[in-house]
Amino acid sequence: MELIKIEHLGISFDSRTKKKEKVKILQDINLSIEEGEVIALVGESGCGKTTLGKTIVGLYPPSEGVISYKGKDITKLNKKEYMDYRLGVQMVHQDSFAALNPNRTIFQSLSMPLLQNHIAKNKKEAEDILREYFTEVGLTPPEQFLYKYPHQLSGGQRQRILLARALSVKPRVIVADEPVSMVDVSLRIALIDLMTRMNQKYRISFVYITHDLATARYVAKDGRLAVMYLGRIVELNNIREAIDNPRHPYFKALIAAVPSDIGRGKSEMKDLPLRSLDMPSVNNPPTGCSFHTRCPYYQERCEKETPKLREFEGGMIACHFAEEIP
Amino acid sequence: MEQNIKENTIIEVKDLTIDFKVENGILRACDHTSFDIRRNETVAIIGESGSGKSTLCSGILNMVNVPGKVTSGTVTYFSEYQHAKADILKMSPQEETQFRWKEISTVFQAAQNALNPVLKIKEHFYETILAHQHNAKAEEMDEKIKKVLGYVRLDPAVMEYYPHHLSGGMKQRVLIALSLVLDPKVIILDEPTTALDVVTQYYILQLLSNIQKGFKITMVFLTHDIAVVSNIADRIAVMYGGEIVEYGRTEDVLGNPKHPYTKGLVDAIPTLHDDVTKRKAIHGTPPDLTQKFEYCKFKDRCPVYQEGKCEADYERTRTMYKTGDDRYSRCYTWAEQDTPNMNGGK
Ligand SMILES: Nc1ncnc2c1ncn2[C@@H]1O[C@H](COP(=O)(O)OP(=O)(O)OP(=O)(O)O)[C@@H](O)[C@H]1O
Ligand SMILES: Nc1ncnc2c1ncn2[C@@H]1O[C@H](COP(=O)(O)OP(=O)(O)O)[C@@H](O)[C@H]1O
Ligand code: SF4
Ligand code: SF4
Ligand SMILES: [Mg+2]
Ligand SMILES: [Mg+2]
Repeated sequence: MELIKIEHLGISFDSRTKKKEKVKILQDINLSIEEGEVIALVGESGCGKTTLGKTIVGLYPPSEGVISYKGKDITKLNKKEYMDYRLGVQMVHQDSFAALNPNRTIFQSLSMPLLQNHIAKNKKEAEDILREYFTEVGLTPPEQFLYKYPHQLSGGQRQRILLARALSVKPRVIVADEPVSMVDVSLRIALIDLMTRMNQKYRISFVYITHDLATARYVAKDGRLAVMYLGRIVELNNIREAIDNPRHPYFKALIAAVPSDIGRGKSEMKDLPLRSLDMPSVNNPPTGCSFHTRCPYYQERCEKETPKLREFEGGMIACHFAEEIP
Repeated sequence: MEQNIKENTIIEVKDLTIDFKVENGILRACDHTSFDIRRNETVAIIGESGSGKSTLCSGILNMVNVPGKVTSGTVTYFSEYQHAKADILKMSPQEETQFRWKEISTVFQAAQNALNPVLKIKEHFYETILAHQHNAKAEEMDEKIKKVLGYVRLDPAVMEYYPHHLSGGMKQRVLIALSLVLDPKVIILDEPTTALDVVTQYYILQLLSNIQKGFKITMVFLTHDIAVVSNIADRIAVMYGGEIVEYGRTEDVLGNPKHPYTKGLVDAIPTLHDDVTKRKAIHGTPPDLTQKFEYCKFKDRCPVYQEGKCEADYERTRTMYKTGDDRYSRCYTWAEQDTPNMNGGK
């Protein structure tokens, strides 16, 4: 079943530099999320991953295009449907500090949605539910965390609290934005395994946002990968196929940048297949294919015409010259 | 061999202990740690957050602040030409100013946020240079600044920028350039790429690796991300609970770990192409460093102990064992398995 369908989504914000102007942060995004599916969303810092995530959970209204939940446009839901959507689609925020009220204890913050939505009848029940999920995310003993304030916890602990909060309302979709970036390698796998378990046990769909391809591959083992560049999806494919056989020139560079072969010891670092290191500003994106300023394969046409995301060898890619690139 | 190693040493840390006074007692963040850093090598100190990397680094720099205190040990710096030794922990404040930046410079953890928002980038450089060379001329300084910005592939135009004009990756490159401006012999980088995305991270590591080769600088990396340093470090020191638990050449330590913790770390790293189902987490949580340890610090998380193959004798983990050519481990059980007569303890 298709839970979420995103069609021609565009998001514009007021420019931070020039008043009255708008900057387009997301452009022509098309993506659907099936029940139980895991989609990893990767791309460089600032490319719009968080913005897309927040739009999916209803925090930003689409400037263009439509997002549907269970077949209905989310801007046209009645009150009951809207509650169902807001509860059903949860987000684990990247900025874990900003996502928790600093003046409330963790229990006060997390018990509220449970009580308001009648998932728990009273405080006691809320506490029981939270204890269970705290244990699941490795915050043990739970009482050591439930009655603390956000600033008394480490970044990694706050990230796990947000994950427990999202799980506790029994959602259908979780958008997890860099949920393990602050936790150590040793715990990272445990949390990822937890998400996999939740995915299998309750068929929760995950949109897993990260810039770490190796964990993306781990989380979305059987799922799909969407690669973003400056507000657009440039490659979309089954994750294994995508990583073993990257097609878009940007994605090829991204793959080349991932450390590999860690047992080999010191070795030469080859140049990445990019013409320039710096990502262009979203305030002033390049014309045509927005990757052309860094693409080693660019040709004149790339500056003039924006490539559409199109089918290519079983996946989707946005590049004029896909057929010619080795 | 032993002789050779000593001659190459640029910094020797001996029995260094750093304690923090905290609410519920004394927190020992660096516990009788000994190791050496060798001239012109890249060494990485890896460990989970809270394992004591930054604390060890502050000790090496004699920058331990209250509530922290060095309660034992020495840090010796061997200068290149006169074979002179300097006891870093006993330096006077003047000696220290001269020493820091010129001999050893640092890029602190999360320092990107520490750039002064009201100062132009070039003014950050002026401050550092003038603190050491009071009569430096403006033109000479500008020349030098352009040169070091070139090392990190930044356009000289950024000299006129304020920090908020730069992206995270550019700020980090400014800080690296700043650490190079006085031609130091050693540079210590605390989590230099942690907040950056892979492309920027790759570029910065490549730059650092080229700088290290080009200028024969000694580099010390502190990070919790092994994969990041695995291709640029000559040697790796693994920290756990305020101790170095394994130390040796990168390919030896990561390719064939001789401490269960290192093995756990290596097994936990997801990589792009191998079998994802083989990755496993290290169970449990890092130890509370305020406790008085009675067993090996890794006991509660150690699979070898859980299988009953080790009694986790605390006293026997008070020393490092030689487990091969120029490599050491604190795990006596694994060390014994490999080298039965255990000579060359360290
Ligand atoms: N509310 C806002 N108003 C104006 N611009 C915004 C707003 N939120 C985000 N942006 C801009 O949109 C772009 C995309 O931001 P976003 O947070 O989605 O990036 P990201 O891909 O999640 O990056 P990272 O990997 O660093 O988290 C950035 O240039 C950011 O500055
Ligand atoms: N100023 C301080 N006061 C009290 N405890 C501290 C202080 N700085 C560090 N610690 C403690 O010392 C231990 C090691 O910390 P740190 O050196 O920052 O680790 P790492 O750099 O490996 O993350 C941690 O338990 C930390 O909480
Ligand atoms: S369209 Fe042109 S610039 Fe864009 S990725 Fe393809 S070849 Fe490169
Ligand atoms: S000494 Fe024993 S408990 Fe400690 S790491 Fe080695 S095997 Fe594990
Ligand atoms: Mg983000
Ligand atoms: Mg640190």
